[in-house]
Amino acid sequence: MFEIYCPYCEEHREEEEFHPVGEAHIQRPVDPEALSDEEWAHYLFYRKNPRGLHHEMWVHATGCRKFFNMTRHTVTYQIMETYKMGEQPSVTEGAKDDAK
Amino acid sequence: MTQSNRLNTGGRINRDKPIRFTFNDKHYTGYEGDTVASALLANGVDVVGRSFKYSRPRGIVTADAQEPNAILQTGSNDASTVPNPKATQAALHPNMICRSTNGWPNVDTDMMGLVGKVGGAAMPPGFYYKTFMYPQSMWMSYEKLIRKGAGLGASPTQNDPDIYDKFNHHCDIMIVGAGPAGLSAAVTAARAGCRVIIADEQEEMGGSLLCSTQQINGEAPAKWVSDVLAELSANENVTLLPRSTVFGYFDHNYLSIAERRTDHLGETGNGAVRERLHKVRAKQVILATGAHERPLVYGNNDVPGCMLASAVSTYINRYAVVPGNSLALMTTNDNGYRAAIDWHKAGKRVALIADTRQTANGDLVKEALSLGINVKFGQAIINVKGSKRVKGVEVASISADGSSVTGSVYQVSCDTVASSGGWSPVLHLSSHTGAKPVWREDILGFVPGKTVQAQHVCGGVNGVYPLADVLGDGAAVALNAVCSMKKSIEGVEIPKADVAEVSESAAMALFHVPHTKPTSRAPKQFVDYQNDVTAAGIELANREGFESIEHVKRYTAMGFGTDQGKLGNINGIAITAKSLGKSIPDTGTTIFRPMYTPVTFGTFAGSDVKGLFDPARFTAMHQWHVENGAEFEDVGQWKRPWYFPKPGETMEQALQRECKATRNSVGLLDASTLGKIDIQGKDAREFLNRIYTNPWSQLAVGKCRYGVMCKEDGMVFDDGVTSCIDENRFIMTTTTGGAAGVLNWLELYHQTEWPELEVYFSSVTDHWSTMTISGPNSRKVLEKLTDSDVSNEAFPYMSWIEAEVAGVKARIFRISFTGELSFEINVQANYGMHVWKSVVAAGEEFDITPYGTETMHILRAEKGFIIVGQDTDGSVTPQDLNMDWVVGKKKTQSYLGKRSWTREDNVRDDRKQFVGLKPKDPKAVLPEGAQLVFDKDQPIPMTMVGHVTSSYYSACLGYSFALALVKGGLDRMGQSVFVPLADGTTLEAEICSSVFYDPKGERQNV
Repeated sequence: MFEIYCPYCEEHREEEEFHPVGEAHIQRPVDPEALSDEEWAHYLFYRKNPRGLHHEMWVHATGCRKFFNMTRHTVTYQIMETYKMGEQPSVTEGAKDDAK
Repeated sequence: MTQSNRLNTGGRINRDKPIRFTFNDKHYTGYEGDTVASALLANGVDVVGRSFKYSRPRGIVTADAQEPNAILQTGSNDASTVPNPKATQAALHPNMICRSTNGWPNVDTDMMGLVGKVGGAAMPPGFYYKTFMYPQSMWMSYEKLIRKGAGLGASPTQNDPDIYDKFNHHCDIMIVGAGPAGLSAAVTAARAGCRVIIADEQEEMGGSLLCSTQQINGEAPAKWVSDVLAELSANENVTLLPRSTVFGYFDHNYLSIAERRTDHLGETGNGAVRERLHKVRAKQVILATGAHERPLVYGNNDVPGCMLASAVSTYINRYAVVPGNSLALMTTNDNGYRAAIDWHKAGKRVALIADTRQTANGDLVKEALSLGINVKFGQAIINVKGSKRVKGVEVASISADGSSVTGSVYQVSCDTVASSGGWSPVLHLSSHTGAKPVWREDILGFVPGKTVQAQHVCGGVNGVYPLADVLGDGAAVALNAVCSMKKSIEGVEIPKADVAEVSESAAMALFHVPHTKPTSRAPKQFVDYQNDVTAAGIELANREGFESIEHVKRYTAMGFGTDQGKLGNINGIAITAKSLGKSIPDTGTTIFRPMYTPVTFGTFAGSDVKGLFDPARFTAMHQWHVENGAEFEDVGQWKRPWYFPKPGETMEQALQRECKATRNSVGLLDASTLGKIDIQGKDAREFLNRIYTNPWSQLAVGKCRYGVMCKEDGMVFDDGVTSCIDENRFIMTTTTGGAAGVLNWLELYHQTEWPELEVYFSSVTDHWSTMTISGPNSRKVLEKLTDSDVSNEAFPYMSWIEAEVAGVKARIFRISFTGELSFEINVQANYGMHVWKSVVAAGEEFDITPYGTETMHILRAEKGFIIVGQDTDGSVTPQDLNMDWVVGKKKTQSYLGKRSWTREDNVRDDRKQFVGLKPKDPKAVLPEGAQLVFDKDQPIPMTMVGHVTSSYYSACLGYSFALALVKGGLDRMGQSVFVPLADGTTLEAEICSSVFYDPKGERQNV
């Protein structure tokens, strides 16, 4: 059971209020018609499954209903940060060693 | 019956409060403060259960959560019965009824015991797998017999009469365990001004101090405990949770605690909360869970009377019970001596202390020698004599490394054997969050490994055992925890606890006691009592190739019982390590997972039962439906009228009547549950263009349009009518079940992909009551209720108007899901009942007929209108549905789903397509979900080419019909498909258009 800091509500809330959505930072291609089937399939289906830091999208489903991003360690389940939609993570692969 | 083993003085029992109870139908008396185990031992009960595999008689071994044998069935009836509490943890209460969970016909004369005697050597690990594997079809029969013979407790068969609830907590420091370390930590943290919760699984707080003979501050340790508890109770920042087991430790310092509030009082039935689940989010966690003593593994070590040394001390000091007359003790360490010293001081005979070490001279050893106890160094108890009670032991000298017997064997008479193989820190909770245990050679035990939780460990679980050090460790760790929260510890006074030092000589690393014969031929040496796992069995498993400790566990069933390996696992690991020539840390441990000890379902359910389990949603007209005899259907959480049978009508008759009435005159449907989303903003129209497959740019104010939503993979996921209320405002309707998902979907794309669009979404499902009047006479009904012009010219199909209906402001939508002339009247929800009743009254002269979801389904299916989720399953495109007309061809934006329709897989010509089916037998209704084949004579496995999605008998058409997804179906009109049924028969149907009724759509346009 995670304790998640909602960057919009600006407080920690229980995991029960949230839903995970999937990998973060997957942008919808601006011109889908220009993509090959393979390129489109990568957007549709291909997702990372890292052992370590993962940037993922969550929604504060029974709270403010805002979508936001989270950097989470998939082994230790530590949440390194949460940040608003449109922002970039400050904890990335380079910080992985600190998490261990 | 007299309590023959009870001492006249001492202990923490109340001799003024005798408690009568029954065990296996015999009456006994114990005292307030007893556990069932201590009361049984006081009464001289030796056999409390039978082992799982060999049905050997078993007695009480421990005084705590490790107990493998004394497993009870408690409770007076089929509702209150509780399977598998441990007698060592169950508080005795007045008129308690308990029995053993196994043994047939009873534990004293057990039929299956013969199997153990005869079968002994013939029942190696994997015996059941190996023996009863063939023929496989018989396993279910074998299993029933085996379970009758073995088996643990029985589940209640009646509803639980008790109530349960849940609390949520936040605190600074959560302390698990209220022994010397935990209490010392709690006082220190509380004095530093922290919010503290301290939980302990026992009936009383105090842990090992409740049975310790060591003095603190020159007084009995119980005095220190009561002083500390008084201080904690008086502090409003401290929550004390006795009788509360912390059974799970989860991510981000989240702990689950099961508090037993009434079990010690008996079956009160007074409506008090029986168990409470506490869910704690703590800033810091201090584990002060102590350590469990390890037994030694020796021949016939399961005969009743064989116990843990520390358990013997606990029964004597805490419960004033000496569980025998003559004791033989085997120990690898100084601490084990306490049992013999306590036994001696209780006035009973100590026959022998066999110290496996070659020499030792710690204070406790000296004390035993000075008391004149017979101490033998370098010797071990290698075998026990007796069957239902220990009669004596066989003792021999062993080598310095404990690997072999070196001297001749001699016999010693006794009725109790205590053993101590050292201590294992209770690190289970730390494992729950993924920390790997670490072996410490200096204490011969695993301690909690590195963790990412804000977790601290102190006392026994930290490998700190001497009482003086434990008390100091608790305080020091608490200060550390306070500092971690950046709180000041300046001036915080740690609790005074002076304890005399006790010198100790080094312990010996011995787990498995040697015998004169090799392990495979020696008497049975039990490692896991409950599952009858022996040292020989583990070695055999190793020889058969099971080397990973996790494999050994699963093959031998070591640690599978209700004690979850607390008693035997470390010994099993040590035996595996020895037999594989590896070290213990290289062998590793199995992983401990929640729950630490079993938790009742009631605790997890709390008050989330019956009506509170899943809330029900009702429309404003619900009461009318109830009064008019509706049968209801669950749609999500909504209760929707399914159909309205008249007295004596079958469902089929009711549906035919409702369908005909709607097609021929007028029907009335409560459609309030349809999802409604109010969409506003200057970019609302553009947003709809992107989210729906069809174009919205031209939809004028006052008009309605049907739309389909696809996911990016091109598959249909919801549909509904959206109406233009104003230039910047739309009302979207969704399927009843899809409402929440669609709102989330809109938010997702708005927030993450197109935040530049100015658009807002609000769910208004509950704000409106919606009723649909449908049928050729529906306009006549409506005209009686409104002054507005509702003629076809003034109010054409697919438009909406604002009007007053029955005196209430309403939005009327002229849309149709039945194919008939239809009006959907929406009013503010609290006027719903009034308007509904007005419509019913106005429609009386036309015999207006209420109908439910089933008639709605039939009528729409006759028109070939899809229901998303019934006719689609997330793998169906609009093209598959023959709905190319709903796909925008000229939209500039590549709206959701579009790109995927040209993917290779989505342009196959053998995709399953949406068609109608007309059964050859006009009365035969094809089963929904039935698989379809083209060749009815093909041998099994047949090639399946699709399935029936909707199927009904149509009273209006006069024949049955179905909707289906069929491979290449749109090009197979007029061809036959076959429906092979489970009973061996086959139905035939003709593929046809999915529109059965009024194919030109004229009836809705009048």
